[in-house]
Formats: sequence, C-alpha cells, structure tokens
Amino acid sequence: MTTKTITPAAAPAAAPAPGRGNRKQARRNTLIGWTFILPNFLGFLAFTLIPVLAAFALSFMEWTSFSAPKWVGLANFQRMLASDSFWVALRNTVVYAIGHVPLTMALALLLAMLLNRKLKGIGFFRVAIFFPYITSLVAVAVVWNMLFSPDNGPINQFLHAIGIANAPGWTSSSDWALPAVIITSVWRDMGYYMVLYLAGLQAIPSELYEAAEVDGASAWQRFWNVTIPSLRPTTFFVVVMLTVSSFKVFDLIVVMTNGGPGRSTTVLSQLIYQEGIGEGKFGYSSAISLVLFLIVLTVTVLQFKIQQRRER
Amino acid sequence: MTNMAEDLKAESRLLGIGLPPNTAEEDRRTERRRSPREQKKRTTDLVIYAVLAVLVVALMVPFIWMVSSSLKENNQVLTVPIQWIPSEFVWSNYTDIWTRIPMMGYLQNSLYLAVIITCLQVLTGSLAAYGFSKVRFPGRDVLFLCYIGTIAVPWQAYMVPQYIMMQNLGLTNSFNALILLQAFGAFGVFLMRQYYMTIPDELCEAARIDGLSEYGIWARVILPLSKPALASLALLTFVNTWNDYMGPFIYLTSNRLWTVQLGLRSFVGQFDAEYAMIMTGSVISVIPILAIFLIGQRYFIQGIATSGMKG
Repeated sequence: MTTKTITPAAAPAAAPAPGRGNRKQARRNTLIGWTFILPNFLGFLAFTLIPVLAAFALSFMEWTSFSAPKWVGLANFQRMLASDSFWVALRNTVVYAIGHVPLTMALALLLAMLLNRKLKGIGFFRVAIFFPYITSLVAVAVVWNMLFSPDNGPINQFLHAIGIANAPGWTSSSDWALPAVIITSVWRDMGYYMVLYLAGLQAIPSELYEAAEVDGASAWQRFWNVTIPSLRPTTFFVVVMLTVSSFKVFDLIVVMTNGGPGRSTTVLSQLIYQEGIGEGKFGYSSAISLVLFLIVLTVTVLQFKIQQRRER
Repeated sequence: MTNMAEDLKAESRLLGIGLPPNTAEEDRRTERRRSPREQKKRTTDLVIYAVLAVLVVALMVPFIWMVSSSLKENNQVLTVPIQWIPSEFVWSNYTDIWTRIPMMGYLQNSLYLAVIITCLQVLTGSLAAYGFSKVRFPGRDVLFLCYIGTIAVPWQAYMVPQYIMMQNLGLTNSFNALILLQAFGAFGVFLMRQYYMTIPDELCEAARIDGLSEYGIWARVILPLSKPALASLALLTFVNTWNDYMGPFIYLTSNRLWTVQLGLRSFVGQFDAEYAMIMTGSVISVIPILAIFLIGQRYFIQGIATSGMKG
C-alpha cells in the first residue's frame, strides 16, 4: 500500500465516454465534470494554489507592510544567507530532524514487531499507543513541559532515582531544550508510524519465515534477512514522511518553547512566521519559505532516487 | 483497478484493530497438531503480555500524570516523591474551570469551526473526487496534478501570502478566514478520489443506462458505497480542526473567538503556576477527541494508512 500512496495515478480512471467522438457529448461531459469540481476548486484555487504561486513570486520581491512590492531579484536570498538567525534556524531544524527521524523509526518498528501477533486484547495496546498522535498538541506540550520541570518534575525525579545527580534543565536550558522537544515529538509520532509498519509486517508472507526456520536461521538472522528486506518499501515511505514532517516542525515548537531559551529551538517555519506575519516582511519571509520547500523537495527526490537504485 | 480494490480490502483487514476472524480456528488447528509447542507458546504469550503492559503504562505516563494532576491542589502537583494518586481528590477543579476561563465559549468556537469545516470539506471533496474519477473531460488529469502538487508544498511555505490575502479581504480575526482556508483542502479530494477509483465504473455505467443523471449517480450510487471513506475523511478533518493551533493562533486575536487550544495556551501563559487547573483544562480539551477516536477508530486508522495525514 505504501508504494501506492506515492504513485496515486497507478490506476487511471477508465470511465468510458458515452458516445465517443460525439462533440456535443464531450462538451456536456466537460460541463458536468467542472460542476462537480468547481465548489472545491474555487476554494482551492483562491486559498491554496494562488498563495503557493504567490510565495514563489514574492521571494524575488521587496515587500513589507509599509511599502509597495518591488522586484529585487535575489536580494532577499543574499540577505538571508548573510543573516545569523537563518543559519541558527536551519541548524536547529536539521538537528531536530537528525534526532527525530531515526528515533521515531526505530521505536515504531520495535513497537510494531511487539504488537504484530495474534493475542487477545492486542487491539487495546495498539489503540493506546496510537492515541498520542491525535491528542491535541497544546495538551501534549503542556503536559510534557510539566514532566520536564527542572526542579521537581517527574522525569528529573526519575533520573535522580537512577543515580544521575546533574539532571538536565530541559526546556529551561539552551542545550537541552531541543532534545526535550525531540523526545516529546517521538512519543507523539511513533504510534502513527507503528500503524504503517504493522501493515508492512502483516504483508510479509509467513512462508518466508517458515523457510528460513527450516534452513536453521536464528530469530536474529530471520529479522535481518527476512523482516528488514521485506519491509523496505514501508521503511522508504516512513523515512520520506518523517523527514518531510521534521523539516516542517512548527506548532510543537511554538507551544512548547516558542523558540527559546534564546534562539536555541527556533526552526525555519517559525522564522517564516516571525519575519512574514510578525514583522510584515512579506518578500524576505517568502525567500525562507522557498528554501524550506526546496529542502523538502530535495529530500523527497533524493530518497526516491536511493530507493530506485536499491531496487535495481 | 480491481487489483487495487482488493489491496485496499486486504489492507483494511490487516489494519483492523481487533482479531482477524480466522485466528481462533487457526490456533485450534495448531494446538491439535503440536501440543508441547502450544504449551511453550502460552508461556511466551504471558511474557509478551507482561512486556506490553509495562510498555503501555510507561508510554501512557503523560496521560496518567495529566488526569492525576487535574484532581489535585496546585501545590500537590510537583511533589517529591511523585504522588500518582491524589491524597485528596479535588473534583472542584472541574467545576471551577468554567468560571476561571470562558471554557464553554472556547468549546463552542472549536465545535463550530470543526463542524462547518468538516461538512464543507466532505461535501466539496466528494463532489470533486467524483469529477476527477468518474467523469472524463480534457484537462482533468492536469488539474488533478495541481492538487497533488500542492500537497507536496509545506503549508508553512505559503502561509504568508494566505495571510496577506485575508488581511486584504478584511477577514483576519474572524472564523471565515479559517473556514475558507481549511474547508477546500486538496487532501480531502485526494483521499476520496483514492477510494472512488476502487469502485468499478460498470456500476456507474449501469446506472447511466437506467437513466440516472451524473448527479443522481453521485448521490444514489457512489455516496452510499463510500460511507467508510466519508467517515474517514470526516473524522480526520474534525480532529485536525479541533486540534489545530497555528491557524487560530495566526488569525484569531480576540478572546471571544478563541478555540479550546488557544484558550488553554493563553491560560498557561497567564497563570503558569496553576498546575492543577492547567491539567484540568488539558483533560477537557482531549476528552472530545478521545470519544470520537473510540467511536470511529477503524475509519481513522484506515484513512490515515491509505493517505497519510495532513501535517
């Protein structure tokens, strides 16, 4: 299923045009088709498609809430590359992705392996682990902020109990705020990716395992030589989704740390918001938007390429 | 095409949260064949249950903490050692919160937005999906590519032009801005089209011969057949809107328009030492989602697995 979601046009509609070749019929069909699409398309055109195209154009313009738009070529990008806050935000976003992607992936796979068995009541466990993913973000951020309280928070109490004397200051420390955000987001997201892995695991034919067992493969060997290769399409999809979502991280940061302390957790999305909506620098913020889009696009294309080479 | 339908069916069976229907029978067969092995299996099952129970409790700690703290006095929340069960249950938090912050107004605003956006998204999404999957006309596939293309663009990349547009329309600080921005998402069209592609065209063709108009086919043939997909889309949209923070954060400035998420966040900002009351508010904001999730978990997980959630 995973590959299918990526290539949605795999099965083109074969609606037989009634009265083929009949021009009047064709015109009628066009009219009918458009009436179906129009209610959604008007909203989509005005509030998604045009803003997307505008974002591209704006990044080459100087436009603030106090001045008229003016074409400036690459000036916004030059300013961005010279700006310290851009590099800080980019670095934080990359660090977040480096922490978030592998941890979520590993835990999601582990949970899926544990939960991929026929036991009574297994559904309860799956639902419980999935639930954080759809819990409101503000509630999640608020609870974790309290769990991370540097003084008497449960997490630091636990760390003291297992003998760690200098427990970190988490969201109040500029070194530990980003790890705290990463831990929270891993907890929140792993249930979703577990569901994807579970689907992947259940699609592996049991004959493969039986054959490996007959050949005398140990549980570990079966994992490395049957499970992991069979899961490759799922893993590919999970990595793409996780990486893209990591680079887009926004609301969790805004609610949990609001970029602080200092600039230690400011990410690209937040910089776009601050510059564009906060300070009204429409052109400059669009240049940062374009960079965010290009990063997301590059990551996706790169991973597609890697996947293709592996399959060959 | 039929192949895809089968895949989808298989997928929903695999993802079904409960036991697959044939498990009990399979187990019985194995038992008859190799009894000592079954014995061993039972012990491993027990071990697995224990591991899972510990794991789930550990992962649920934030929720346990949330509920337990919501029933305490403020000074009982961050104690050493941790009190998992409140020494005295302070139920009054749940009655006081309605007067401390305009919680009822926040809930109403969230509900209003979520219901309107969900209805519009499901209606326009399923109409457009019919046009994209069952009616043939020139330019259709190019148009659909535009939809797919925008799904790949991060929302943050075009939030500034959207904001400028809303500002010029004089719609900032109103629900209309959020409704217009969120009710016509490409995601809904994509999800519904994926499902409609699995419905055989022969059904539509037969209805056409019977004299139904295209609108009649949509309403009387396709809609009844796509109830699971409609449920998935409705639930996902509702929960996304209810949980949305950035949209209301950008567009809604006056307190009377705030949603639960904004109200809760602002409460935390103003009274950051009122730990217990903050947790009470969090519990109240999560309960509707929990209820909806428990009722429709099957549709949720199917919808999420077929398309990937927005975000």
